[in-house]
Amino acid sequence: MIKVIAGRLLQLIPVLWIILTLTFFMTKIVPGGPFSAERQATPEVIAQLNAYYGLDKPVWQQYLGYLSKVVRFDFGPSYTYQSESVNEVIGRAFPISLQIGTLAFCIALVIGATAGVIAAVNKNKLLDYLPMSISMLGICLPTFVLGPIFALVFGLVLKLAPVSGWYGLNYVPLHPAVMPAVTLGLFYAAYIARLTRGGMLDILNQDFIRTARAKGVPEHEIILRHALRGGLLPVVAFLGPCFAGLISGSFVVEKVFNVPGLGQEFIKSVFNRDYPLILGTVVFFGALIVIFNLVSDVVQLLLDPRSRN
Amino acid sequence: MRDSAPAAPFADPVPVQGESLERGSSLWRDAWLRLQKNRIALFGLWTFMLIAILCLGGPFFTGYSYESTEISLKASAPLERIVLRTEFRKVGEPRESYLALSSLEDEFLGRSPAERRAIKERVQNGNEFREGNAAYRLSNQRHVFGTDPLGRDLLTRALIGGRISLAVGFAATLVSIAIGVVWGAAAGFAGGKVDTVMMRFADILYALPFTVIVILLMVMFGRNFVLLFVAIGAVEWLNMSRIVRGQIIALKNQEFIEAAISLGLPAYRIMFRHLIPNVMGSIIIYTTLTVPNVMLLEAVLSFLGLGVQPPLSSWGVLIDEGSRTMETSPWLLFFPAVFFTLTLFSLNFLGDGLRDALDPKSSKD
Repeated sequence: MIKVIAGRLLQLIPVLWIILTLTFFMTKIVPGGPFSAERQATPEVIAQLNAYYGLDKPVWQQYLGYLSKVVRFDFGPSYTYQSESVNEVIGRAFPISLQIGTLAFCIALVIGATAGVIAAVNKNKLLDYLPMSISMLGICLPTFVLGPIFALVFGLVLKLAPVSGWYGLNYVPLHPAVMPAVTLGLFYAAYIARLTRGGMLDILNQDFIRTARAKGVPEHEIILRHALRGGLLPVVAFLGPCFAGLISGSFVVEKVFNVPGLGQEFIKSVFNRDYPLILGTVVFFGALIVIFNLVSDVVQLLLDPRSRN
Repeated sequence: MRDSAPAAPFADPVPVQGESLERGSSLWRDAWLRLQKNRIALFGLWTFMLIAILCLGGPFFTGYSYESTEISLKASAPLERIVLRTEFRKVGEPRESYLALSSLEDEFLGRSPAERRAIKERVQNGNEFREGNAAYRLSNQRHVFGTDPLGRDLLTRALIGGRISLAVGFAATLVSIAIGVVWGAAAGFAGGKVDTVMMRFADILYALPFTVIVILLMVMFGRNFVLLFVAIGAVEWLNMSRIVRGQIIALKNQEFIEAAISLGLPAYRIMFRHLIPNVMGSIIIYTTLTVPNVMLLEAVLSFLGLGVQPPLSSWGVLIDEGSRTMETSPWLLFFPAVFFTLTLFSLNFLGDGLRDALDPKSSKD
């Protein structure tokens, strides 16, 4: 077990290195630098700026310099936020994304798993078709359709939640994270519901469940204690991609609800060609995804003794 | 071993006389029959076909162009009556412009409310109203879905947007399938070290933050239409390669392939008659499920302003525009969202149905 974790943690290094290198050279081969759009700057000023940020050195020197800084967890200064370093921007914006993401994750898991179990237990009955149709609707109604509708209904009409923004919104009963999280969470709840139903149906058809029934174990205990453990395996395997999706999905909800999270910062940095911020956020996202994949693998190992060797 | 007819999804049900008397049921015919029993999947198929035909042919018949603007019309509601304003000038042709009936009263802000209402009623009843050098009368123009804030016909824009969304969806899926099938089949066939290296590479790619990379590609290399689906296709092929590889490996060692080899069938016949048709099922299922995913990704990019650029539209662009004005003109969000959701719905239902139809194991459920 520890060997597996250690192995995967070692894998994290080449993956992050590849992400970093790819992104770094991608930003170097495209025309146009961060200061080429500055209208009033004279060539001398631009040359000074380039010298200040080390952009006048050969690319391989820039690359090695950057790499040696990243190893020390220093992503350098941001070009657009003159007073903030990339680390500070991430430190300011990520907690916001994390709140939304975590809440969305809980919503997705609770609603999705519950709906999936109910559907599997009532296979081919109304209580199967109903949650599954709703979940299909959830998959097909993307966050950027659902988000504006929620903002309209809960924000403008019912005045329960803020329509947009993050800071200083205490005049409404709901925290500003709630609506983005619900929007994001419902989409993933739909996927999790389908996965749970499939996994539960597989398990409920197996011999050990029949044995348990024959022994007279009560039905709710069969489902909660015996079937759920195996039935949730496909869901656990999905948690890694799910978290990745929550991050990338947050680009959309953060735009819809105008939340100053890391997704917004990333989009802004890409538009502004703020290379250190782009590189920093990409590497940060990459590390998060790899770590979450690792966590979901470990949970899978804990739940499923068969996959341990 | 029974010899069956050439694989075709719409195989003729009547046996051809003289060719072979006993005719087995092919995989595709079985699948087609099973699919026909699945009403939801059929509904998905027909809905999707309908939307595709509408998007392809519709823009020729709406009578409006997707990019010509009519500023004075602004965002008129669906099917609202539209007033034609003709301004006679001293030189040249009279100038014609359109405005929505509901905004007619705003033209005469200098008059009393009662007078304004009277003018509106007069025009509404089909009479002409003259004021100075301008004449107002009801036109027989109608915009079924209304117009956007620039006065462009929403129906035409939604259909043109559908073309773009579907084109990106299918082109990007084709790119991803081409890469995925070749990569997966090569890895599966080769086996051993080559397989390990190829799949480890795919594993590493799998850990990359995809949406982030597509966004980067789109911004760095310009918002180019071709690049859009190449970029999406280039990140969506991983699942396909895994599925194809798994299937090829499983099939390679099965008895029916052994039997085919021992019967002395040539390698190409084993490939095309036995291996490929079996994998084709998964490819088709996965294609149907990839298209909606790709369309979703395209829409997300367009929604963020990184995909298709105005005046060209796509469903993502339209939903983005609609969500900005949803308080005052909700139809601008409603119609594109319905089109988009319905397409995703039908493709997902079709994909699920195809999975049940083409995978005999799953039909037990």
